[in-house]
Amino acid sequence: MDAVFSQFDLVLKAFLLTLELFLLAGVLSLAFGTLLAAARVGPVAVLRRAAGLYVTLVRSTPLLIIFIFVFFGLPQMDIQLPFLVKGVVSLTFYTSSFVCEAIRSGINAVSVGQAEASRAIGLTFGQSMRYVVLPQALRAVVPPLASVLIALAKNTSVAAGFGLLEATARMRYFTNDQADARTWIFLTFAIGYIVIVELISAGAGSLERRWKVAR
Amino acid sequence: MRNIRSKTLLAAVGLALSVSSLAACGNAGSSDSESVDVKVDDKAASSFDDGTRMKELADAGKITIGVKFDQPGIGFKGATDDAPKGFDPEMGKILAASLGIPADKITWKETISDNREPFLQKGEVDLVIASYSITDDRRKVVGQAGPYYVTGQQLLVKKGSDIKSVDDIKGKEVCSVTGSTSLDNVEAKGAKPRGFDTYSECRDQVADGSVDSMTTDGAILLGYAALDPDNLEVVGDPFSEERYGIGYSKDSPEMCQWITDTIKKAEDDGTYDKAFEATLGKSGVDTPEAPKMDACT
Repeated sequence: MDAVFSQFDLVLKAFLLTLELFLLAGVLSLAFGTLLAAARVGPVAVLRRAAGLYVTLVRSTPLLIIFIFVFFGLPQMDIQLPFLVKGVVSLTFYTSSFVCEAIRSGINAVSVGQAEASRAIGLTFGQSMRYVVLPQALRAVVPPLASVLIALAKNTSVAAGFGLLEATARMRYFTNDQADARTWIFLTFAIGYIVIVELISAGAGSLERRWKVAR
Repeated sequence: MRNIRSKTLLAAVGLALSVSSLAACGNAGSSDSESVDVKVDDKAASSFDDGTRMKELADAGKITIGVKFDQPGIGFKGATDDAPKGFDPEMGKILAASLGIPADKITWKETISDNREPFLQKGEVDLVIASYSITDDRRKVVGQAGPYYVTGQQLLVKKGSDIKSVDDIKGKEVCSVTGSTSLDNVEAKGAKPRGFDTYSECRDQVADGSVDSMTTDGAILLGYAALDPDNLEVVGDPFSEERYGIGYSKDSPEMCQWITDTIKKAEDDGTYDKAFEATLGKSGVDTPEAPKMDACT
């Protein structure tokens, strides 16, 4: 137990990288996933099919395989990226497909009349998405999106096997070094993840409450 | 030849053992250590007493040994291989033979750096022989007999790299296996540690230029360099001392003396040298002086 607490700065540093991966990949996945969702419900057939294909392919590929592709495949094709970028790319690539489907479910929850009405008053597809459909859709998808983000926070641990010294990798450093304190080390790091997940669900809960009043 | 013959003899003894009584066990203990000093003889005979783990294993006629599958020369198993090859599996065969267990009755289980203690604690394996450095912290939870081999941490780089020794790794990306001692050591020296799940993944990262260097025990690196000598080389002097030990469960402290004595005997009769030359020796390492083993407490 001493082992962990005497080097607690290393624990914090590791969780900082976990958070960094989560925040960067989270923001990018929300943005890219929303674009994908818009493409999937949009009027352009090519975009619709492309987005549909993306979701089908990526959502059914295990995250580990995506990591292997980005970390071992890209360098073979002479594409060299910094490690953090590779981690964020892998996580974003994967999470976007789930964000897309969560948001699409929200769009489906907005009644067709809303989109028809916005078209009737002369809004373009982009405008009707931005001002009418998506704001309502996003409110409906807070709980499923929170689940997607919680999954993302935990999925950052896959990066442990790919050169990124985030929380799970640091935990393995400690357990390998201090074989006699495994239980305490494990609990310390488990608590770290629980704190992160609880923060996400608290944030989602407060958004849900605030937006419910507005509806 | 002598090695093979004595193994055949031991296999036969093992067969006899599995169907016979305690008396036969006593014989097995003494007959297999006849050529060595008297001290070993005594220990072997007494350690095969009822209730010892060695007796249980000898009676069962089979043993499970944890080894690495991704370290050429030390412990390596290709996708199509039936059994792992390397210096560690050879040690395992020597130990099993002293229990009267032939090589084909050994179950090889892959261990990675991070799961060696849990495997021993839960009894998933009887022994761990997996480039397993002896440390005080590990000895708090598992038994480690040996060392049977002493090596040191070095660096593997692409040919022509500007890293010539450990002094050049500051700020460079250096990979090893996630959670290994080697990675901590280079982190302490200012390198950016990059942990991967296996040594071969780390090696690939060096080969394709994603990281600047790979670090772990010199013996392992030489094994990799030997597979790709045009592209990879080992640089610098060893900058740590790793003493490979054989892990056993703390529940069976009596195994320590048996392991130590068996290795000692293998060193004395030349089996150790032969095992080394057939495995690590092939990557250009000189057969070492057998290290002095720690006393069992």
